[in-house]
Parts: sequence; structure tokens; C-alpha cells
Amino acid sequence: MAKNDIICTGCPKGCRVTVEVEDDEIVNVEGYECPTGREYAINEYKNPTRILPSTIRVKKGEFPLVPVKTAKPIPKSLLIKAMDVIAKTKVKAPIKIGDVLIENILDTGVDIVATRNIDKELEV
Amino acid sequence: MKIIVIGAGVIGTAIARELSKYEVEILLIEKEADVADGTSKANSGIIHAGYNADFDTLKGLMNVKSNPSFDKLCEDLKVPFERNGSLVVGFDEKDLKKLKEKKANGEQNGIEGLEILNRPEILEKEPNINEDAQYALYAPTAGIISPYELTIGYADNAVRNGAEVLLNTKVKDLIIENDKVQGVFTNRGEFKADLIINAAGLYSDKIAKMAGDEFEIHPRKGEYHLFDKVHGGLVNHTLFPMPTETSKGILVLPTVHGNLLIGPNANVINDKDDFSTTSEGLEEVFKGAKKLVPSLPESGVITSFSGLRAALPNEDFHIDFSNNKKALINIVGIQSPGLSSAPAIADKVVEMTKQYVKKNNFEIGQKKDFVGENPEYPHYHHYEENDEVEKWQEIVEQDEKYGEIVCRCEHVSRGEIIDAINRPVPARTIDAIKRRTRASSGRCQAGFCGPRILEILSNHLKIDPLEVTKKGKGSKILKARSKELILAEIEEDSKVGDQ
Amino acid sequence: MQEYNMIVIGAGPAGMAAALEAEKNGMENIIILERDEYIGGILPQCIHNGFGLEYFGEELTGPEYAYEFIDQLDDSKIEVLTETMVLDVNDKKEITALNKQKGVLKLKGKTIVLAMGCRERTRENIRIPGDRPSGILSAGTAQRYTNIEGYMPGEKVVILGSGDIGLIMARRMRLEGADVKAVLEIMPFSSGLVRNKVQCLDDFDIPLKLQHTITRIEGDDRLKRVKVAQVDEDFNSVEGTEEWIECDTLLLSVGLIPENELSKSMGLNLHPVTGGTFVNENRETNIEGVYAAGNVLHVHDLVDWVSEEAEIAGKAAADYINNKLEKREQKIKITPDKNVTYTVPQTIEYTFGDKRFVKVFMRVTEPMEDVEVKFSNNDKEIISYPKKIVMPGEMVTANLPAALVKDEMEEIKVSIVKKVGENNG
Repeated sequence: MAKNDIICTGCPKGCRVTVEVEDDEIVNVEGYECPTGREYAINEYKNPTRILPSTIRVKKGEFPLVPVKTAKPIPKSLLIKAMDVIAKTKVKAPIKIGDVLIENILDTGVDIVATRNIDKELEV
Repeated sequence: MKIIVIGAGVIGTAIARELSKYEVEILLIEKEADVADGTSKANSGIIHAGYNADFDTLKGLMNVKSNPSFDKLCEDLKVPFERNGSLVVGFDEKDLKKLKEKKANGEQNGIEGLEILNRPEILEKEPNINEDAQYALYAPTAGIISPYELTIGYADNAVRNGAEVLLNTKVKDLIIENDKVQGVFTNRGEFKADLIINAAGLYSDKIAKMAGDEFEIHPRKGEYHLFDKVHGGLVNHTLFPMPTETSKGILVLPTVHGNLLIGPNANVINDKDDFSTTSEGLEEVFKGAKKLVPSLPESGVITSFSGLRAALPNEDFHIDFSNNKKALINIVGIQSPGLSSAPAIADKVVEMTKQYVKKNNFEIGQKKDFVGENPEYPHYHHYEENDEVEKWQEIVEQDEKYGEIVCRCEHVSRGEIIDAINRPVPARTIDAIKRRTRASSGRCQAGFCGPRILEILSNHLKIDPLEVTKKGKGSKILKARSKELILAEIEEDSKVGDQ
Repeated sequence: MQEYNMIVIGAGPAGMAAALEAEKNGMENIIILERDEYIGGILPQCIHNGFGLEYFGEELTGPEYAYEFIDQLDDSKIEVLTETMVLDVNDKKEITALNKQKGVLKLKGKTIVLAMGCRERTRENIRIPGDRPSGILSAGTAQRYTNIEGYMPGEKVVILGSGDIGLIMARRMRLEGADVKAVLEIMPFSSGLVRNKVQCLDDFDIPLKLQHTITRIEGDDRLKRVKVAQVDEDFNSVEGTEEWIECDTLLLSVGLIPENELSKSMGLNLHPVTGGTFVNENRETNIEGVYAAGNVLHVHDLVDWVSEEAEIAGKAAADYINNKLEKREQKIKITPDKNVTYTVPQTIEYTFGDKRFVKVFMRVTEPMEDVEVKFSNNDKEIISYPKKIVMPGEMVTANLPAALVKDEMEEIKVSIVKKVGENNG
């Protein structure tokens, strides 16, 4: 039997919720002080996901970087690999908020979208 | 005739400038990335009146001789200087006796205007002084100056008049042939000269030893706290406590830029490169300063730093020809009042050079086209201080870069930073820019302007932004461009994978 | 001298919201002066999530939150001048600014909104002794490099301060390929959001050392290492706990200071706790027609409250210009009482008109659970609100209903106390 301690991020209390697992089945959850805590802990144990904010290098833009994010949370385990894919990417200006800059990152079904407008650089 | 000056501190640059009045080739060699990078940038910035050192010491003589020359010198070199006067503060009759002795010593040195003040007179001059202060020696001829701007002013003027400055150039050995110093070995090659002047500050003993002259410099560290300009009005004059054998004590003084400065303490250390501050030292400085001004604000410190005094065991200056080898002048042990004595030391070395020239059948004439004045570079904050902000409009109309403020705290424009890069001794690092423009020396300590100054340096020096340094050598600001660290790791992993 | 109905200093979230709200309330001839080359203030470099939940009901990143206002600005008649640094303001509401195309600008505003934001506390402010190498910078400056300028300021990082900026930058540096050795926090708790602790540190196994600080910095040219020690409740180093951490970069996240130099040059005094100016319920300073909002008034943790606060100022400025405001005969003081560090505003000076409540912002002195935020006058409760949990790091807001404020009241005390009577188990 394994005990997994998960800190709930639902509110500032940060309750420490313990998810007990036996044979890949959750057998007990305790330590939460509200329903959010229980649900959060179960989800976080089963499939922890995160929104990944980052930047992508821009070609011919008014700024060298465009801030981006995953349009939806992706598995926590894929964050570093996702950063690798992002690092290898370059996009060309102009860019609008919401533009899909990397489609379906690492086969998650989630796109990486721009979060800022980046105009083309001024011709000197 | 070729002369090499080793060390571009205030002494070396003063000498180079005075020598540049003559028809000689001057090479000023400096191991750091800028002039004034040693003791000359980390001291109290005081032009002493000259009552402290005994008359029969070289430092006493040099201090007294130099003091009157600062007004014209600073006007010519465009260096901020103010004769704000000083007070040595005593608390009882014992102190009064000592103050009277200092006054007598000062008068013997020829200093004018010295006065013993009593309590009400002291409080009138300094409302925030410790109420227990009973007596003070008032010296109206004492002043405050920007020591690194003086050094830069000297250096720029020397270059304007034909001298050459080599930065990042370290003397590794003297070239000696036939008992005569012929030049120097450096990390950038050999340079020959007819006369070598050792003004290497903390390392002047090391240079002297290369010619067999034995000196031992015992660095004495002094730590300082600099306060925000909002506290600059806490005192008007430079306040000294009663002096000890080895130190003038922990002072409280305004700086010529309007900040408040306290320090230094005095601790002998072993490492000539140890410019670090210590928590004990800074506490000591605070405690000591509070004895003079009890209302010193605990917060409000915008930076702390330390300097090293290049002290000789006999505590005096040594300015003389080498005992062992010809064509070498050693200037060793220039601690306080070194800054105050720079003009007279430079004059003395010029005289010695003339002596040497005569003895060796050289000819050096005076330059007819010597330009003693440095140009005035436009600084927005000067216009502000003089209530002439509207006149800055003309400057912006000539060049819009003066309309772009880069350092928000000190009000420094892009144009001023570019001017610093283009000066005769060019600013090539963040700290060099700071010394010439005040950019990044304010409340936020480069929090806002840092990235902007970096970009300006990179553009104008035409170097990769990754190469911009804080103070030369390995002090780079940035590590990599975005994503380069990740990509490098991916490369690494794939190589390992291949294996 | 060019005259405006409103001059806003700073085009960050506070400045933009104030200007937009003023225009919505009928004001014309509004200009925002911004020193940077782009607008949005600090938001464009805050590329992470967590903005807008309160204000928009959805979670946005910093740039997206800013865009909501930038978009509205584009559709408005509000003038925006970037690359314009305000260098002086006097008590006659006259502004001196510098712009590279236009040179020295002299402007006069019928109203002025101070929205200059804040700066970061420096290593020198907290007096860490040692060498002065490169590689030491504030977390915000590092964030500018990584998110706007396109550089990594370092590779082996130690972070001092576990507030949100420190936590966010720990993750940012790690994700961008740096090795983040530790986040050090002098207090026994982190003042950042729990979510940030989990998602920035735990996710990446970055150690958080509570009750630790840096006692010495070493490095000749570039930073080489920092000496770290445990501290006790009085913040003194505990003997024997000192150890060196090798690193080439130190990020400082040790506090924000409202940037009030211009406010001071107007002759305004600063509140000793907030570091901002004193204001009444309209976020108006002691100079009529001069308002302050956002981090320049008091350091916020949620930009949503910044926008709300700025809107209070913007509307009030419009009302002021339209002579819709009436001063009270007697000011009402708002005083922080039990467990409240400060309140904004500190006074109520105008009659309410059609205003239904005064929005009061405050901070609690220490973490508390099951509390009441209580407004009282002469020991009688005016109104109270229950809150499950309050922390110093999360600003508390509470509405003081206009209907419950009587003209005779001289002082309203605000306290945060444990709920009495309810089961505390």
C-alpha cells in the first residue's frame, strides 16, 4: 500500500491530503477539509496536469520572444519534453493572441497558443 | 622620450595628465577594465584641509600643497567638487586639547581659516549632530569630490593631450637590462620606455620588488554605507570623530552628488583583492557614525562597499627613484590623504622626471597645444539641479538620444551613456558607465536600467550582448540566449544516447 | 504648457484602468505617459497564469490580461505616449517629462493619476555583505531578461525570497534550462500562493529552505557561491548551520517598494506601512484631483484588485471634473485595529452620492482561520464578514456599505478577529 501526500491548491489553507493506493486502486483519501480538496487530490494523483507558460523565439518581430501557453493543461510528466519542443521552434511575426504556434504538442491534443500580439519589426 | 605609468588610479592618471603637458610619449597601463578601479573608486571622496598629518611627513606636505589647486583643477577637468568644510568633533576637555594641537599643526602647515567651535556654533552648523558634542575643529578649506570622476577627468585629459591608456593590461615583470629598467612585460606584450613610473597602488610593492626595491604594503580595509539622496541633507560638512594613530575614524559626510556617506572603519587584512564588505564591518560603521549623528536612518542605505588603503609600515608616502635600478620611480603607500595629495604628487613626479631628463641628456619641451580643459558633457540631472530643464530641449533637438531617459533613478539619458562610451578613455563596462554617468547608482541599483545599458553597450561597442560585463574579465551579465541552455542539453543527451 | 483633464503616469494595469474608467464616465482629453516602449506595465513579462479570475471570471496570463485593457485603449480617444519618462511633478499638477521625439514636455492636468507601480528591494537594501560580482539581480529584472529581452541571466541559480515572484522565477529558470539549487525564505512560511509552491517548486524538486537567509556573497568577477544559514525567530543566524551553495546567479525576491519619488516631489507624505500616499475613499491623495492606484499606492498580489482600485480613482476623477463631488463636513478616519496591518483608504472625505459602498483593502498581520472582518465605530459593530482563511500575503477586501455609515462617525475601526461562538473544531 502506498501513501501519496498531495497539497491541495484550491485555497490558501493548502491542506495536506493523503491518497492511499493499493494495487493501483485508491482505497482511502483523507486530510481534506472540503470537497474540493478530495477531488483535487484524486485528480492530482491519477493524472496531474499543468498549464505550461513559456516563450517562443520570434523571427522578424518587434520583440525577440512571444509569450505562449498550452491552451489546456497537459500531463505534468510532459512539461520538460514540451519545453524541448518549444525550444526548437521559431515563429515568424506578425503574431496575434490566440494564434496556434505549435499544434497538438507531444500528441496531447493540446495546442500551444500565443498570449501576446507581436508586430513585425520596423524596417530600418 | 617614452614614459610608462603603471596604474591608472588617481595618482597614475594625475601624473599622466601633468606629464602630457610636455612633449613626451606617455603610456598609462592599467590591469583592470577601467581607470579608477582600485582604491580610487572606494574611498571617502574627501579633499582634506591638511591639518591632520604632521608637517614633517611627505603626506602632510603633499596634502597641504594640493588643497588650493582643486578649484581650478576641477573646473578645468569638469569634475564635481565642493568646499563644504569639515568638523572634527570632540566631546570633552581631553578632546579639546587634541583639537587645539591639530589646529596648531594645521596652522604650522600654512592652513587658513581653522577655528575651534563651541557647542552652539557646532549645532548651528550641524543641527543633526550628537547633542553631546562640545568642541569642534572647523576647517573651511576641506572639500568633497567624486574621486573616480577626478581620475577619469585626469585620464581623459591626458589622452586628449596625446597619452595612451591601455586597459586590461597587467604588468607581469619589468624589463631590466644593465641595471636599468627598459620597459615592462605584460599579458599583452612588451612595451619599452625611457622611464617607468610605478603608481600601482596596492600592488606598487610588487612592482617595486621586480626591481629589487623592498616594500611591504599592508592593506587596511575600510567599509562604507551610501544612503539615498533623500538623506543627503542630514549633514552639511564632513564630520570627523577624534582621530586615532592609524585612522581618521568613521565619518559622516555628504557626497558631492547629494547622497550621504558613512565610513570607513579600518581593519588590516591579508588579501589585496578582498574588496568584500563584512557584516561586522558594516555594523561597526553604523555604530561609529551614529556617535556623530544619532538620528542616522537604519533603512535608506542604497549601497555598501569597501576600499583598501595601501599602507606602508611607516604610514607615510614614498615617492622616490628606485634604489636599485635606474629609470624607475616608485610611488608606494599612498593611503589617506592620497586623493587630496594627487596634484602635488603629480607635480613632484614631474619635477623628478625633469631631473631625470637633465641627468640623462634627454630633451623634453612643453607642449604648445596642451589643452587643459575637458569638454562639458551634457547631463540631464545637472540641468535639473540648476533649474534649467527647458534648455535641455535644445540638446534633444540636436540628438534625440538625449530625450530618452535610461536610468530612471538618476535621470540619465541614452545620449549621456553613449557619450561615456565615446570618451577618450572609453567606458566599456556597466560599472564604467556608472562612474561616468551615474546610471545604475541609484535606488533600484540597475533593476530598471540594467537591460537597457547592456543593450547600448552591445550596440555601440559592437559586441555580442553575452559579452557585456559588469567590470571586465569574467563578470559577464548574461549566460546564454533564450533556449540555448535547453538546446545544449538536448545535444548532450543525444550524444550520450548515441554512446 | 499642454493641458489635459487627466494625466496618468504609467500605462500598467492601474493606469490603463483609471484612464478607461474616467472616459467611461464622460471625461475627455486624457493622456497616459509611459516610460517603456510598450504598454501594459509589468504584465507583459508575467507570462504565467493566474490573472483575471476575480475581474474577468477566467484565468489569463499577464499579457492576456493587459491586452483586455490595451484593446479598449485602442478603441478609445485616450492619448498614449510611450518612451516618455516623467521626471517631475509639482503640487500645481504640472508635469515635466522627456520624450525622444518631442523633447522636454510640460503638461498640466486638472487631475493626475499616479500609477507608477513599484520597484524591487535590492541586495544593498538588505545589506548582504561580501563581494560585488555580476550575477546578482532582482527576480523582476531576471524576468525581463528571460521573457522580454530573450536571454538567460544565469545557469546555476539560488533564489532569496519565496514570495510569488521568487517562486515563479524558480520555475521559469528551471524550465528554461537552468539548475535552480534552492529557494531561501527567512520566514517560517512562504508568502506565496500554495499553488505556486506546488507548481513551481515541488513539481521540479526545487528545495525550499524556510528560516534561511544568505549571510555572505562570494565571487571576484561573477558570482561563485553564497553562504546560507538558518535563522531563529529573531532572524539571527543559528550557529553551526552555515553552508555554502555554489551558484553563478542569485535572484532576489525580497520585497517590493512603491515607486513614489514623483509623489514626494509633489510634497505628498507617504504612509509608513504601505509606502504609498495617504488616500481617501476615492483613492485621492492629500492634493485635490491627484489620485493614486495600483502598486504605487500599496503593493498588491492580485492585479484584479489593481484594476478595481484604479477604476475607483478614474470614476472619482471624472466626477471631480464634472463637479459631482461634495466634501463631507467632517472626515471619517478608517483605522486598522486588531490584526490589521493597514487599510486603504485611510479616510472617507466625500458624501456618498450614488455610491453604495466603500471598498476597503487591508492586510492581516498573521495567518488566521475562521475569522470575521469587522467594521466598528465606538465599539459598536457596523458590519462584519466571515472569512475562512486570511493570510498576510493575500490582500483582504471588504465593502463598507454607505447606508451604514453615519455622518457623525469620526472613526471606523477595521479588525480581523477569530469568530466567536462557532465551533472552532
